[in-house]
Amino acid sequence: MIYDAVIIGGGVVGAAAAFELSRYKLKTVVLERENDVALGATRANSAIVHAGYDPEPGTVMARLNVEGNALIWELAEKLNLHHSRCGSYVLAFGKEDDEHLKELKRRADQNKVPCEIVGRDELRRRESALSDECTSALYAPTAGVILPWELCFALAETAAKNGVEFRFGFNVDSISKRDEFIIKSGEQEVHAHIVINAAGVYSDVVNDMAAPHLFTVKPAKGEYWLLDKSQGGIVNSVIFQCPGPEGKGILVSPTVHGNLIVGPSATPCEREDVSCGADILEFVKQKGLKSVPSVNFRENIRNFCGVRANTDRDDFIIGEHPECENFINLAGIKSPGLTSAPAIARELVRIIAAKQKLEEKEQFILSKRPTPFKALSDDEKAALIAKDPAYGRIICRCETVSEGEIKACFDSPLPPRTLDGVKRRAGTGMGRCQGGFCAPRVHALIAGYFGVDETEIEKDRNGSYILSGHTKEVK
Amino acid sequence: MKYDVAVIGGGPAGLAAALSAYEHGAKKVVIVERDRVLGGILNQCIHNGFGLHHFKEELTGPEYAGRFVQLVRESSIEVLCDCMVLSINDDNSLTVVGPETGLIRIEAGALVLAMGCRERTRGAISVPGDRPSGVFTAGAAQRYINIEGYMVGKRVVILGSGDIGLIMARRMMLEGAEVLACVELMPYSNGLGRNIVQCLEDYGIPLYLSHTVTRIRGERRLTGVTVSQVDENRRPIAGTEKEFDCDTLLLSVGLIPENELTRAAAIAIDPRTNGPVVYDNMETSRRGVFGCGNVVHVHDLVDFVTAESTAAGAAAADYATKGPAAHENAYTVKNGAGIGYTVPQLISRDADGAGIFFRVRNVYANVAIVAESGGKRIAAFKREHVAPGEMERIVIPKKLLDMCGDEITLYLEGEGVK
Repeated sequence: MIYDAVIIGGGVVGAAAAFELSRYKLKTVVLERENDVALGATRANSAIVHAGYDPEPGTVMARLNVEGNALIWELAEKLNLHHSRCGSYVLAFGKEDDEHLKELKRRADQNKVPCEIVGRDELRRRESALSDECTSALYAPTAGVILPWELCFALAETAAKNGVEFRFGFNVDSISKRDEFIIKSGEQEVHAHIVINAAGVYSDVVNDMAAPHLFTVKPAKGEYWLLDKSQGGIVNSVIFQCPGPEGKGILVSPTVHGNLIVGPSATPCEREDVSCGADILEFVKQKGLKSVPSVNFRENIRNFCGVRANTDRDDFIIGEHPECENFINLAGIKSPGLTSAPAIARELVRIIAAKQKLEEKEQFILSKRPTPFKALSDDEKAALIAKDPAYGRIICRCETVSEGEIKACFDSPLPPRTLDGVKRRAGTGMGRCQGGFCAPRVHALIAGYFGVDETEIEKDRNGSYILSGHTKEVK
Repeated sequence: MKYDVAVIGGGPAGLAAALSAYEHGAKKVVIVERDRVLGGILNQCIHNGFGLHHFKEELTGPEYAGRFVQLVRESSIEVLCDCMVLSINDDNSLTVVGPETGLIRIEAGALVLAMGCRERTRGAISVPGDRPSGVFTAGAAQRYINIEGYMVGKRVVILGSGDIGLIMARRMMLEGAEVLACVELMPYSNGLGRNIVQCLEDYGIPLYLSHTVTRIRGERRLTGVTVSQVDENRRPIAGTEKEFDCDTLLLSVGLIPENELTRAAAIAIDPRTNGPVVYDNMETSRRGVFGCGNVVHVHDLVDFVTAESTAAGAAAADYATKGPAAHENAYTVKNGAGIGYTVPQLISRDADGAGIFFRVRNVYANVAIVAESGGKRIAAFKREHVAPGEMERIVIPKKLLDMCGDEITLYLEGEGVK
């Protein structure tokens, strides 16, 4: 069988591409090397929906950031995603920064992004925890926060419900072309007319398998602190500092769950190096304290790190390869990649539509995310338990996640097989105890659902086993 | 549903409080327990050493819990297992969910908070490095092994020498794993002396004091950790790194009272204990709401949890059946030199003497614990040895309490106390 399109990579860009292509009469497959979607940069980033004042006017990035911002807020409503359009501030500390803000404001105007410069006193009134040293700020009301992997799940599940296939554990090791492309992973092979490269930090490697070299990925990692909900209300909006050449600087932001996130750093690294370092974390902490001096870092619940797919180019690399027909790169998707993802997918459709006629399906089903049990009213909770008693059994006590919600994950078109897969979908283990109490119970539910021994259930990526065996076993 | 006393939590604190409330005249008592069985964390503490004070004999955790569960079964106390309290409402009623009960409201004359505590995690101490599987809190590993029947790994390093970490070091050895080291940030262990001997020394497991884990390695499963010595400010000393090849890291780095419900109900919390501020009758800042056990402050011995919870249960029964106790003009207990926290923080004027639990801030020899009020020494108690890992208790008799002003300050007197 020959697919019309194959998407390499199941991150938010690949999922958005699958989502958009699933509207049309195309046979599409997503190839993902890991055991789940959203396991690369999608699961470890700042979770910000950027307004679009930052990218250089006239670039692809600027256009898709602004388009993506509007699309994300629309998708958030339609797909029932956690989100908060809380706005953002870029802080200035002194004269030089004040000038920088004026430059950002000029860019905002050119990119048609609503923005205003706010003076010290007004800033104080709106965000009382900010440092006394702040002299002014650029306010962008259309910025906000979402839950990146949830967006990815909703996009991928919708795609799956509309006929897109997902193959996990498919680690592309070669791409060749006869009449069509042949994509191989070990013994497996997939044939397709169009290849879409959404391989994140490996997008240059995938490009080079199929076509002449075009760009080089220069991975850069960002480290974060994720603090307890006790710190979440300290600011109401996303607080940036003036961007530098390395990135958008250290931000302090509430998350959709009411926690506080501080980060990211920006240092060159290997493609899969998501380790945190004590020095970098200290640097991030000090930078965060510069914006919001009262953050209590003793309330930390997790440090994490993500890798940006920066390249040797300033802009996103989006389009058909100039020397390889039907090989389309969605590559070099660094910040604001999350915000831009839905627009990047629309751009993909425009690229394909320019080459061939696309016919829309008669029916396109949206796969909405369920509202968390804890967010329901008492009456709604009672009604849900009456329908399925599993909703009355709370498995994750910190985040009040019920067994019913965990079971619902398994009924989705892309059921999780790992502890972290359930964590990202249902929220188990996201809270203060970090799964200390609920992990064994979630673990048992996964094993029960798939009918396997608990020792076979892994934490996260393949190889991240949790149990080494049964007790009382002879070595 | 209406009760005289509702107890949140069916671990050792909740069990003792419920029984005591029942024995002190509360006719309708209910225990709401989120797990499927009563007993709490004691169910996974299958080692012995429980009950030496309370029962004057040595029991395992399940046996200790079992004696209380038996007494509860023999009483008319109602038990709602597999039920979670979602909120304490303004009228002291509880909103509870369970698969069998659905969403219900429980009304009670008095409430007892007995939710226990949780373990501090890797995030709380920000250990740098990768984030592979194989890093467990000691209690989570204990549950996997003792309740679920699975082993969590074969080559183990333990960070933290609290009692759970020590107990788990021995447990892993007994299951055939190799325990390479127990690493402690402080220059002393916070575990009980008997556990150092019985769980580490007896098995030849080295204890590295003033050391910590400075790097976690492993892209998928843990492959090793780096351990470094720390200076007197607990900062790692470059050049002292030791590498351990291990597939498992157990964290025993402290316990935190679990007061989400308490905070949501706007009940005053003591930042030193992370538990509710309580009077000598274990009543919190909200009238009719009492607290006991590890939700108030983390105990070393379950026997003391039982004693404290018995007092809380009795006071809750009194509140429900006889009305509120007088708390006007209560004495405030202040922390002076060398004192980490005290429980209670407040003592009623008409209290018939007061027992005060507290922890010291450092290890000291030959000190006096002094209670002072209005510039006068009220009482002094000699101790040959005190340590943060060993909870202390003094009793101020009524005669001396009557001599006190509004504040009573507890402090340590002796060489090196700051």
